[in-house]
Amino acid sequence: MSADAASGIGARIPRRELKRLLSGHGRYIDDIKLPRMLHACFVRSPHPHARLVALEVAAAKRAPGVAAVFTAADINPRCEPFVGVALHRPGHRSAPQHLMAAERAVWQGQPVAIVVAESRAEAEDAAELLTAEWQPLPAVGDQLQAIAPGAPVIHAELGDNVAFDFSLEKGEPVKAFADADIVIEEELRFERQMAMTLETRGLIADYNPGDGSLTVMHAHQSPFQMQEIFSRHLRIPEHKVRVIAPDIGGGFGMKLNVYSDEIATVVASMLLGRPVKFCVDRLESFVSDAQARDHRIKCRIALKRTGEIRAMELDDIGAVGAYGMPMRFNVAEGMMAITMAGAPYVFENYKGRTRSVYVNKNLIGMYRGVGMPFACIVGELLTDLAADALGIDTVEFKRRNYWPKSSLPCVTPGGQRLETVSFHECLEKLVRLVSYEALRKEQAELRKRGIYRGIGIATFCEQTAYGPPYYGPSGASISTQDGCTLRLEPSGSVRCITSLTDQGQGTLTSVAQIVAEAVGVSIDQVSVLGGDSAISPYGGGAWASRGTAIGGEAALRAGAMLRKNILALASTLTQTPADALTITESQVINTRTRQAVISLAEIGRIGYFRQDTLPRDFDVQLSVSASFAANDKMYYMANGVQASYVEVDCDTGFISMLGHWAVDDCGRLVNPLLVEEQVRGGIVQGIGAVLFEECLYSEDANLLNGTMADYLVPMAGEMPDIVVEHVETPEASTRLGAKGIGEGGLIGAMGSAWVAVNDALKPLGAKIRHQPFTPERVLDALARARGR
Amino acid sequence: MKARNFRFIRPASLDHAYRILAENEGDAVPIAGGQSLLAGLNMRLSAPKLLVDIGDLKELVGESQADGTVCLGALTRHRELLGSELVKKHVPLLVRAASHIGHVAIRNRGTLGGSLANADPAAELPACAVALGATLVLGSVKGERAVKAEDFFTGLFETDLRPGELIVAVRFPVMPTGTKIGFAELARRHGDFALVGLAALASMHRDRIGDARLAYFGCVDRARLARSVSAAVEGLATPLPSAASFEAAIRMDLAPEDTAGLRADTKLHMAAVLTRRVLNSLAARAPA
Amino acid sequence: MTNPIHNPSNDLFGEDEVTIEATLNGRPLRRRVKARQHLADFLRQEMELTGTHLGCEHGICGACTVLIDGRTARGCLTLAAQISGKTVDTIEGLAESGKLAGLQAEFIARNAAQCAFCSSGMLLTAYELLSSGETSSRAEIREFISGNMCRCTGYHAIVDAVEAAIALQGKS
Repeated sequence: MSADAASGIGARIPRRELKRLLSGHGRYIDDIKLPRMLHACFVRSPHPHARLVALEVAAAKRAPGVAAVFTAADINPRCEPFVGVALHRPGHRSAPQHLMAAERAVWQGQPVAIVVAESRAEAEDAAELLTAEWQPLPAVGDQLQAIAPGAPVIHAELGDNVAFDFSLEKGEPVKAFADADIVIEEELRFERQMAMTLETRGLIADYNPGDGSLTVMHAHQSPFQMQEIFSRHLRIPEHKVRVIAPDIGGGFGMKLNVYSDEIATVVASMLLGRPVKFCVDRLESFVSDAQARDHRIKCRIALKRTGEIRAMELDDIGAVGAYGMPMRFNVAEGMMAITMAGAPYVFENYKGRTRSVYVNKNLIGMYRGVGMPFACIVGELLTDLAADALGIDTVEFKRRNYWPKSSLPCVTPGGQRLETVSFHECLEKLVRLVSYEALRKEQAELRKRGIYRGIGIATFCEQTAYGPPYYGPSGASISTQDGCTLRLEPSGSVRCITSLTDQGQGTLTSVAQIVAEAVGVSIDQVSVLGGDSAISPYGGGAWASRGTAIGGEAALRAGAMLRKNILALASTLTQTPADALTITESQVINTRTRQAVISLAEIGRIGYFRQDTLPRDFDVQLSVSASFAANDKMYYMANGVQASYVEVDCDTGFISMLGHWAVDDCGRLVNPLLVEEQVRGGIVQGIGAVLFEECLYSEDANLLNGTMADYLVPMAGEMPDIVVEHVETPEASTRLGAKGIGEGGLIGAMGSAWVAVNDALKPLGAKIRHQPFTPERVLDALARARGR
Repeated sequence: MKARNFRFIRPASLDHAYRILAENEGDAVPIAGGQSLLAGLNMRLSAPKLLVDIGDLKELVGESQADGTVCLGALTRHRELLGSELVKKHVPLLVRAASHIGHVAIRNRGTLGGSLANADPAAELPACAVALGATLVLGSVKGERAVKAEDFFTGLFETDLRPGELIVAVRFPVMPTGTKIGFAELARRHGDFALVGLAALASMHRDRIGDARLAYFGCVDRARLARSVSAAVEGLATPLPSAASFEAAIRMDLAPEDTAGLRADTKLHMAAVLTRRVLNSLAARAPA
Repeated sequence: MTNPIHNPSNDLFGEDEVTIEATLNGRPLRRRVKARQHLADFLRQEMELTGTHLGCEHGICGACTVLIDGRTARGCLTLAAQISGKTVDTIEGLAESGKLAGLQAEFIARNAAQCAFCSSGMLLTAYELLSSGETSSRAEIREFISGNMCRCTGYHAIVDAVEAAIALQGKS
């Protein structure tokens, strides 16, 4: 195999779509027009919990440009209701969810009617003419409220608001806590947050009444998931459903979820026999996008005076919205939090409990990192405080308490399989990178002058690229395989059709690099098409940092297959044994003579047009397909460590991010440039989560800050420069050796920012435990420390 | 988020604009930069029937200086404040404030008149106008009248503008030599509306504060002079070691309310911190 | 017939559709536009120039940034009717003219775009900074692009790209 340093595996190549996208030639969902296409908008419940007493649609139906107004009576019967429970989690419950609210709305934003018109503006005009009479009901706003005795029960058939209650225990935690020399207990609070992709959700549903086929252009991370859902829930044979992802303006997991408004749009198309476009506008995204991170976690750590960790315990409770998220189960945040907290550290005794609780809010779904940020924050905050209690430096504590390399592979008390992780290596690299001793010295000097800076170091390990054992038992029809078809074109270039999708992370570029190297051509001879459920092998798409690791492995295998078939034909044509041939830069080369013997263009010409010149029984196969799934692998465990350097203005409560560093190990680096930029982007999202972002609600669960002016996404002015370095410990079970990288930036940054801000406040005896760390929360923390 | 239907008209002259506004009283809304108005229209927060595009009217542009006053046309864009030699020389507080207004694209379109007419309590320019003792020239079919800035802002997003009236120009007194200016705001992100802000003008006697005109924004319902605070700080020597000398006065002048994510007591605390920082910066600055 | 720039002084009521005359990407434009339609929607829907994007429709995110009379403006906070008598440039026109070539090259080389939904607005804002001819520090660059939201890159590579473009411009 020849490696082209400029374009193969390991090359730093920018995302190849950028040339097109940076000249204004993207084709995102809202850029696409189909003939006879209509536009939809939704009328939504203004109340978090209310009975729909009456709904009058006549005036709306008569409004200019309106093709139809559909309500629950029209839409719901066309769709099998969803029950978002994981089968392998006994006791996980959800009320069935229909597409539209019928007699009752259980979250502010729940769709009640869909207006379909010639333009979005006309649809909105008509929507205003629709009159709804609501009778507000008591709303449950937060998880503690939801489980308090006498709380209103959102779904009577469930008896209470608990979706899921799961505990795990390892070793003897009770005894370990009782015997410990040091016990540190904390209570952490995390407000609801959102992915806030710059491009909102959208789709064009195109039901063809002529043949009963459905084509959906969908800004979705998994066309295959949606193909399956449209087929099963809308009762259309699967082979007649096609889902195509166009250019997508960011996903981060949010565009992975199952949305009733999107599926209702498809039903509208079926009822009208015309294409219907629905693009979420920004105001409605606040009340309709899946949300994340609404948790309260009690946690504690037990240590011996010698510095040994004896036990950890977590008690997590998450408010997951009004229904279980179908397919992308809402128990995931809590489960990851309790199974992954403290994973990098050696200890034997552990107790964890997670409860998922229904509230009258929007559904919780997937968002970058899921529950792993909680695990990182808990583990790193507790161990940082532990180091303080022991009087040793936090880095030194980590050195002493990480799993030693000699103990790998191992299983942590939370059940995490650690195999090819590199905690120590990453830590040492980071310590050098930040000039740790100098930084601590600077911190100490400035403290004397009343300037409060903090250093936070956070280690994490990260489940990436989930395999069949993860989803299979859950009953969710989520495929963790991905596949790749490669076709040698007659002129000798290579066309790749992958089941992967790309929302900006550059996955398709990585695939091109892998194909280029595997086949033996330069990357500009390779085109990659992805995200079309009808034309590629069946697959998964983008989530859980899996694209390059899984789809890349499939591409590698397909590339090897195509190479083999090309060489078989070349062998016949040149009368040279196939094992004496290789392919470099689109030429078949005799490895002994180092001479080019035939070009790929010639192979293509003969293979496709001159089979008459070939031996009778020679089987030309210049188009191959390969899929890959790791049957027995739950995930590939990646890891990293990050550092934040912050300054807190103790008079105003404002926090400045002075610097940020990351050392990341995602296995084999297919494209270091794309990896670094993924890490940077994730870091800034993580900083945003810790400092800025929250959905604010009134006492009765009404959203108060549903605009971009009030939901604070990080902008350039407040963000630090970010240095990224790598360690490469390849995944042992695949040929490619890549692990996932999409979420590590965010996970580690949330940990390091939490620790850093608290580190800054330490000399003042203040602690902050409520995310995001708004100026008011910082000031309150300082006031508490002063005893006021 | 598509705006409701409305009519649009671009008047040929200021006179024409006045007649249109008079004829369509209650239904017509002027649009200049549109940076606040259009956001509201896109969100369907209001339903005007007619938009009157005054953004082109020559009578509303320009800057001049006469009789100890700098006069800026209502259509002076925020960007132009940053680039004007006249403003830099005689009304530098506006230059300090303008760089905090939104972002470049907003400053390219947003206007002085628009900002004052909108009277957002978290906006910079209304507070500056009040601190500077500016006078607004208002016009309509009935003619022109002058209103002092400190009398112009009457409530939350409310002004003394009468139906059919437009802000034509704003007159700023040239500051006496030796006057110091101070400006600061606390905003979560650069360009955001201020949580708390302060525009200040003061005469200084060496390191002692003389006459000070202080106008807060962000934590108030409208821009107005903080008279109690001015009185409390008069004669004090800077640098002030704490907010003790004027904390009570701040409470009297500001009376903020709890808002989502920011309590009244936090706003008062931040206002006190900002006041101390601004006052302590006055002596250090070169005179205006 | 309505004068597209100014309504005659005896018109006191306006219309819900007006005629505009402007210059769009260097070419003359004369169209009837709906009064209620903002410039970004006009460009995207009527002129089919979809390179200008909608991210929020209330002026915060910067995805809809275009140039009006050579300076950046929010397409969602401008009515199509307001551009009569003005020049408008979009990402497509600027890209075609080659004026963005230096910036595009620096952005691409550093992968200073991922989903690229913000990039049209980001490039136009960077172009305005470059056009000012000022050499800006990293902090000043950050402040200048603070009105353009990017959720993918974390901004560092964008700042690098703009810094490099400024330096290159300085040399030539």
